[in-house]
Amino acid sequence: MPLFYRLRGLSVALLTGAALIAAPPAQAYQLDDWHSVVEEAEGQTVYWNAWGGDARINAYIDWVGERMQARHGIEVVHVKVNDIAQSVSRVLAEKAAGNLTEGTIDLLWINGENFAAMKRNDLLYGPWAERLPNFPLTAPDANPEMRNDFSVPVEGLESPWGKAQLTFYYDSARVESPPRTLPELLAWAKANPGRFTYPLIPDFLGSTFLKQALLSLTKDSAPLYEPVSAANFAKVTAPLWDYLDALHPHLWRSGESFPNSGPDMRQLMGDGQLSLAFTFSPLGPAAWVADYQLPPTTRSYVLENGTLGNVHFVAAPFNASHKAAALVLANFLLSPRAQARKQDIDVWGDPTVLAMDALSEEQRQAFDSLEDNPAALPPDALERTLAEPHPSWVGRLEGAWLKRYGAD
Amino acid sequence: MSGYALGIRLAPWLAIALLSLPVISGLAGVIAPAFGWLPALGGDMLTLAHWQALWQAPGLARMVQLSYTTGLISAALSLTIVALFLGAFMQTRLFTAVRRLLSPLLAVPHAAAAIGLAFLLSPSGLLSRSLSPWLTGWQYPPDILFPGDPHGFALIAGLVIKEIPFLLLMSLAALPQCQANERLHVARALGYGPLTAFLKAVLPGLYPLLRLPVYAVIAFASSTVDVALILGPTTPPPLAVAVLRWLNDPDLAMRFMASAGALLQLLVTLAALASWWLIERLIHWSTTGWLANGRRRSADRLLGGIALGAISVALLLMLSSLLGLTLWSLAAYWPFPQALPQPLTLRNWMDATGGLGDPLSQAAVIGIAATLLSLVLVVGALEAETLNECPTRPWAQLVLYLPLLVPPVAFLFGLVMLQAQFGVKPGLTVVVFSHAVFVLPYVFLSLVESYRRLDPRWARLARSLGASPARVFWRVRLPMLCAPLLTAAAVGFAVSIGQYLPTLLLGAGRVSTITTEAVNLASGGDRRLAAVYALLQLALPALGFALALGLPRLLFRHRSGLLTSA
Repeated sequence: MPLFYRLRGLSVALLTGAALIAAPPAQAYQLDDWHSVVEEAEGQTVYWNAWGGDARINAYIDWVGERMQARHGIEVVHVKVNDIAQSVSRVLAEKAAGNLTEGTIDLLWINGENFAAMKRNDLLYGPWAERLPNFPLTAPDANPEMRNDFSVPVEGLESPWGKAQLTFYYDSARVESPPRTLPELLAWAKANPGRFTYPLIPDFLGSTFLKQALLSLTKDSAPLYEPVSAANFAKVTAPLWDYLDALHPHLWRSGESFPNSGPDMRQLMGDGQLSLAFTFSPLGPAAWVADYQLPPTTRSYVLENGTLGNVHFVAAPFNASHKAAALVLANFLLSPRAQARKQDIDVWGDPTVLAMDALSEEQRQAFDSLEDNPAALPPDALERTLAEPHPSWVGRLEGAWLKRYGAD
Repeated sequence: MSGYALGIRLAPWLAIALLSLPVISGLAGVIAPAFGWLPALGGDMLTLAHWQALWQAPGLARMVQLSYTTGLISAALSLTIVALFLGAFMQTRLFTAVRRLLSPLLAVPHAAAAIGLAFLLSPSGLLSRSLSPWLTGWQYPPDILFPGDPHGFALIAGLVIKEIPFLLLMSLAALPQCQANERLHVARALGYGPLTAFLKAVLPGLYPLLRLPVYAVIAFASSTVDVALILGPTTPPPLAVAVLRWLNDPDLAMRFMASAGALLQLLVTLAALASWWLIERLIHWSTTGWLANGRRRSADRLLGGIALGAISVALLLMLSSLLGLTLWSLAAYWPFPQALPQPLTLRNWMDATGGLGDPLSQAAVIGIAATLLSLVLVVGALEAETLNECPTRPWAQLVLYLPLLVPPVAFLFGLVMLQAQFGVKPGLTVVVFSHAVFVLPYVFLSLVESYRRLDPRWARLARSLGASPARVFWRVRLPMLCAPLLTAAAVGFAVSIGQYLPTLLLGAGRVSTITTEAVNLASGGDRRLAAVYALLQLALPALGFALALGLPRLLFRHRSGLLTSA
């Protein structure tokens, strides 16, 4: 079998020969000169890798594609993935194989841990985000979350696209007054056994619940915004584990099994197995009622002292083939027109990242059309936002959770 | 040199090349990081640290045990049910009826069957709805840990109902090759009861033909991700699910441990296969006496009854799952405990079917191309083997099965690297080849035993009448093997339609098929849309299986001798 060995040797060589070659070729555009970017972008095709699990989001991206074609002669291809990790995998494989300039992905919809990991491993192109003509509309000086993704400095490597905030929803036909603090939630679960749960760790929404609980239960949240290595993990997290120990016996299936993800949890709400759940999409519950997924009696709220919120972004891989078009697309996504349409609950319902006082009166009006929807969150609720802890906490929390509850 | 001669000379080598390059680079893409080597992530030192991290993963022993037992138990159950059913009912009308149901059942993708089963049996499922509240008094679904039970019973049930039709199909193709009817007639004439006659006279000849499909079932069941995500336990999950989570972890450093986990998964699957082989030996050794003891009946009635019960339950579960999917695809808001959705709506279908032409035709084109490619290579390799009268070497066979043994999530990373390394543009062609990597082993295992066991005297007879080897192949062997060939093609086509990750990763997401659309939408949790897509997804392979089962009857309506076992 000498052939076999030779081939394996070759493959190992493929794995190792990577990452040594460097320096992308000179760009045909200047970031300082936006006009040159737009010129370079014309006629390019942007391969935009974004989660494809929601028909409404897919339809919005289709609309963006039409606009880009009409305005800039750019073709947008929505590369639908069910987990952005697969796209990260591809970028990584391309880097490992030495493909440094002709990547197959031009734009990625990411944030948080994925961003932190890609930034740490030099898989992103940039800085470019603050050069976008529309970036100042986010009023970054007044809104630091535009420059900090889960407290990791963005440094121009990704451009804000939308906002998320942990939002609770319940079936008002079954729940009169939902719990508004973590201790109330425990008491509620005891009174309503089996009607609440959270997604299985390490699903990001499940991890968010852990972070939310930890932030609400801890007396001093300062260490959570520093890297976890600096903190006394056991001491800081002790209240969380006490709380979960008390909560788990009263969860759905007595905490012996968990839904795989936020969407799975939503199905359980639609089936009536749960009567209280949560999501990261503040206007999601209203949209899902309209889509027949949730009971018409669904109502939304946020916890009394606020809930975790974050911004989601678009980023370009270091080896993107069509960087200019990706930038023009990112800029269009930040335009008042695209942002207003995205926030429209009949289209998607994803809150804007633009600062209303940075807009002209005319631009602002497009955002005012939010009608009253009983299942939607009152607009002022979004002001009670807690910042995401440092991303290094997620891994440690997940590891500790899995050790305690993941292997009964 | 004639096309035939050239073909059979090249086919074995092309087949080996098609599989070995991707598989070896795929494996290298797992082995190297498992031992710490992945410079793109800063891993430039060989180390066992990632294996140590893996050993310390919470619940690892339980994950391994779940994968191992799921593989063995689901294979054993499906095989037993199929064997007993064949034995008790092979020459009855019930058998013909079940046979008709095969093509739609086989076409249901594993994940869709699992979704259907979960919806049927979950606390808010169809069964519970139809009994509530009038019998149970439940206004809201009860809180029962099923599916997702910690022992994996729901997972095993989901696998068994899917594998029974597969093994039945494989048996249908194999029965004529082992002269089942003749054996049965002789045994019945000697006074053996129908089931005993089958178990003693036919099964020992049939099982060797089913061995490879059974191994494939074990390999699939012990490493399944999609079924386990829906029906399996969560704390902890089976190993393959955990490996997928590690691979998809945003923390890229987890890739090292995930690669070690993928190798461990490979070992677990191999261990399950080895155990099965040992059990096979044990049964062979311990039943010799029973086979020849001359007793004409052995609980025929009881075992026949059990077979009937088991196969009815399995079929009923499958059909109700399909019914559940259909209902969901027509539902608006459908609360518990309404047994039927009210009002029925076509909205979900209208929403979904707008841009579906492309994904459906792409899937069909890729499936046909990958199946044809695999079929030509497999037939060429088998024909070469028959002509040279020397079986394929064991190492080559191992290469054939590797794509079934290595968890695809792990092996695809190396494949994408290979693609990037050679600068192969992502697109339709490379997707077809990547599908062929997974299709070819199934085509091979569906066909190999039937091909090898075709009585060589037919060929000799034809040669002695003056036919050239090429003519023997075209006029004698191919027509006689028509049924297994079509079956193998249908299986291959269904495998191709079901591929998600290779399509996504090697097509860089630019090739969208009905399956990539279905999997993406399923991750969004809208069960109505997911149901529509699952039904659309099974339409293509259902057509394939219907053709495979129906065509021979049409082609050979004047040569019914080629249609044995009917």
